[in-house]
Amino acid sequence: MDFTLRKEHEMARSLFREFAEKEVKPLAQEVDETEEFPRETARKMAKNGFLGIPVPKEYGGQGCDPLTYVMCVEELSKVCGTTGVIVSAHTSLCCDPIMTFGTEEQKQKYLVPLAKGEKLGAFGLTEPGAGTDAQGQQTKAVADGDDYIINGSKIFITNGKEADVYVIFAVTGTIEKRGRKIKEITSFIVEKGTPGFTFGTKEKKMGIRGSSTYELIFTDCRVPKENMLGKLGQGFKIAMHTLDGGRIGIAAQALGIAEGALERTIAYTKERKQFGKPIAALQNTQFQLADMATKVQAAQLLVYKAAMAKATQKEYGFEAAQAKLYAAEVAMEVTTKAVQLHGGYGYTREYDVERMMRDAKITEIYEGTSEVQRMVISAALLK
Amino acid sequence: MKVVVCIKQVPDTKGGVKFNPDGTLDRAAMMTIMNPDDKAGLEAALRLKDQYGAEVTVLTMGLPKAEDVLREAMAMGADKGVLVTDRVLGGADTWATSQTLAGALRNMEYDLIITGRQAIDGDTAQVGPQISEHLNIPVISYAQNLKIEGDSVIVERQYDDRYHVLKAKMPCLITALAELNEPRYMTPGGIFDACKAEITVWGRADLKDVEDSNLGLKGSPTQIAKASDKVRKGAGEKVALDPAESVEYIVGKLKEKHVI
Amino acid sequence: MNLEEYKGVYVFAQQVDNIVNSIAFELIGKGKDLAADLGTEVTAVLVGSGVKGLADELAEYGADRVIVVDDPELKEYRTEPYAHALASVIEKYKPEIFLVGATAIGRDLGPRVSARIHTGLTADCTQLDIGDFPLNPIPGKEQKHNQLLMTRPAFGGNTIATIACPDFRPQMATVRPGVMQKKERQAGAKANIEEFNPGFTPNQNYVEILEVVKAVSETVDIMDAKILVSGGRGMGSAENFKILEDLAEVIGGTVSCSRAVVDAGWKPKDLQVGQTGKTVRPNVYFAIGISGAIQHLAGMEESDIIIAINKDDTAPIFDVADYGLVGDLNKIVPALTEKLRAEMANKN
Repeated sequence: MDFTLRKEHEMARSLFREFAEKEVKPLAQEVDETEEFPRETARKMAKNGFLGIPVPKEYGGQGCDPLTYVMCVEELSKVCGTTGVIVSAHTSLCCDPIMTFGTEEQKQKYLVPLAKGEKLGAFGLTEPGAGTDAQGQQTKAVADGDDYIINGSKIFITNGKEADVYVIFAVTGTIEKRGRKIKEITSFIVEKGTPGFTFGTKEKKMGIRGSSTYELIFTDCRVPKENMLGKLGQGFKIAMHTLDGGRIGIAAQALGIAEGALERTIAYTKERKQFGKPIAALQNTQFQLADMATKVQAAQLLVYKAAMAKATQKEYGFEAAQAKLYAAEVAMEVTTKAVQLHGGYGYTREYDVERMMRDAKITEIYEGTSEVQRMVISAALLK
Repeated sequence: MKVVVCIKQVPDTKGGVKFNPDGTLDRAAMMTIMNPDDKAGLEAALRLKDQYGAEVTVLTMGLPKAEDVLREAMAMGADKGVLVTDRVLGGADTWATSQTLAGALRNMEYDLIITGRQAIDGDTAQVGPQISEHLNIPVISYAQNLKIEGDSVIVERQYDDRYHVLKAKMPCLITALAELNEPRYMTPGGIFDACKAEITVWGRADLKDVEDSNLGLKGSPTQIAKASDKVRKGAGEKVALDPAESVEYIVGKLKEKHVI
Repeated sequence: MNLEEYKGVYVFAQQVDNIVNSIAFELIGKGKDLAADLGTEVTAVLVGSGVKGLADELAEYGADRVIVVDDPELKEYRTEPYAHALASVIEKYKPEIFLVGATAIGRDLGPRVSARIHTGLTADCTQLDIGDFPLNPIPGKEQKHNQLLMTRPAFGGNTIATIACPDFRPQMATVRPGVMQKKERQAGAKANIEEFNPGFTPNQNYVEILEVVKAVSETVDIMDAKILVSGGRGMGSAENFKILEDLAEVIGGTVSCSRAVVDAGWKPKDLQVGQTGKTVRPNVYFAIGISGAIQHLAGMEESDIIIAINKDDTAPIFDVADYGLVGDLNKIVPALTEKLRAEMANKN
């Protein structure tokens, strides 16, 4: 077993780091402050191939592996959590299901421009009554000639108003499963601008404030049948499979936020003087930093392992759940300690750790709360 | 059209210079980067590739690990990489370096050679013009703008109070300023391809029409008499004086340092 | 190569539009010192078209002899004919030392000439001495005397190297402008003037000048400024930056600022120094009313000389300042501006 990275991964990391430092970091505070989606950054990321990293070249992507993609989200999130999740939602939640379940025509029509970054992707599963419990779906799709007519709404959708292509889920009927009637869920690809597809309110959030989080509203929205992703009734499977991948992306975002907070705290404690010496000379600081760094390292190992599992295994939900659970909780813990070690300055918006602590919280919630991750993990242990 | 870009792997002096306990430069601890002026030269070449389909080859001389800088260039879009590495080439000054690179270039096809103006570890700005002299081709240094017109290049060249618009017939050599352009990033896919790509490695025997007496430390007319670190600055002097004395103090220091 | 044949200190007397560049006088000044050590003379090499009349000025600054290479091909600077001129002078006159200014022209010309005549060239020297090489005797190695020892910064100014060129002649250096001192001008001083034309036949190495544009953009980027006068929160108001602008004007500097100033809306973002602004490295950085938050220091601590003025003597800026003044900027800065104005007036 060898933990050294391959040359291409080292180079990719230096690329992402340089891009993050030069293009993303200078805007991070402004993006948070103004709650404006960083369109210019998204455009630059598209130009540099960051929006199709694990997608094969024949579909307009970069032909790299999940680990490279994870490093991209990690390095971006180190300086700006908002920017990290743009890439994560686009890649894991939109490109990936089309790549995995789409027809050749769907891949040519949607995946190619998504992977090239000409279009941005989003994913609509969550509803007011269906978050963790996907069976609570209310959005319906009814067949009508060559189309499906979709009615309902989706909330908390990342890249919500900025995306061009949406993978959404709707109830298409009921089926019997082990004697119980359950909802039959089917997935559809919906383009922005489709009549009947509009946007509701923009969420005002605690963190990742530049991320475009919107409600999607479908009112007699006609989608051609060829836009059905996968088979009729395959929606739940597609959603769960997609979220397994998405969790690795969010785990990478959480990891990046934790690393960013740790880096800044190390620098700060070396410079900040109290009682005539840098606070890094105090044993409390040293022990806190040691714990933070150890947990960040452990999180990184879990996240990278999950990325490798996605590259080599058919099923990787267990690894993804562990990575996301742990990285998210580490992100919250490390950023909280980072603020504490910054003292009063850490509570001000002058310092990045304040934003990072707010950004960290969402990683424990979206794409499956920490509680859901524990359910996934324990279910696998006890099956 | 064939373009050869000469690039150099240099320690990153911008991120702070590290020193050994004995006060010498700790090169091993310093990150290496592609020399910024060279990177601008590479970007200029890649734009010629985008525009005219030019074939771009990157050439470097250095230790075997200098291969990394070639792969970086290829990840940005260069087509081929050539590494010139040989123990007998070590310790070269600008004369011997330019002789080495000219020897390699004689074995390559080129319409245009681009070098960076200068490397941040040496700041000499000599190797480009010296290569052009050895190859007996025209040179335009400090290029700020570059376009191709038929068999010629047209370049804007900045001087202190003016710029010249110059036209040189190819083959020719230009040296690029970092200000020439904003170099592109590598792409993730480019990185994966570059890591799989074959790099051409040449030694002494692959250099054409160069005497041994012009290579390496032995072939270098300049020799180092002494090298020392500039004293790193910590806190300097701090004084509390009345305003008139303060002014005298500052003016005195500015004179001492030849600022005024 | 018979090294003994090579005699005399030569300097390239750079002119543009028939106006001698100040670097020429500086090189003559330094050349005089070197020539005195070697018991020889200083020759200025004047290259251009219709430039003979400039020779007297070179003499007045100390040139013992002036070699004039005058040809219509030399009207505007171009690498090839100028390199041909200097290489021809070197081949004919065999100088021991040849100095060129490290100007935009000199740094182009020097390498091409040194490559043509096969000698070493040390770039951007800040100090020149005559001495022994090796500096100290090494058993089994000949110690040569009366060598030109050329000292220059490297690694972005982090190291200093002293270079010699013991086995080739001339010993060539480009010299950083503004470092060497010119000699007092002696009105009416005369030099031997010699004209020399090696013949200029255009070949493929001659580039064509399509256009000469004598306008240089005036927008100052704080990253290019040699002197920055930077103000912080301690300035108190946007209006008070006037005193920094006055100081900057007198000393030939540019005004920059800290983040607090941008946040307060006193100055635009493109003047901000620091982690979220620009990283600067001027020759002189005045930090006025800037406390020196880490983020600010990261953007300017590599400046050659840092002068800080702050009323708080515990301000972190004093940890990186070469010269720190604890005091009231509102009193010190205007007084400093007046004093410098007087100094500059005296100088001219």
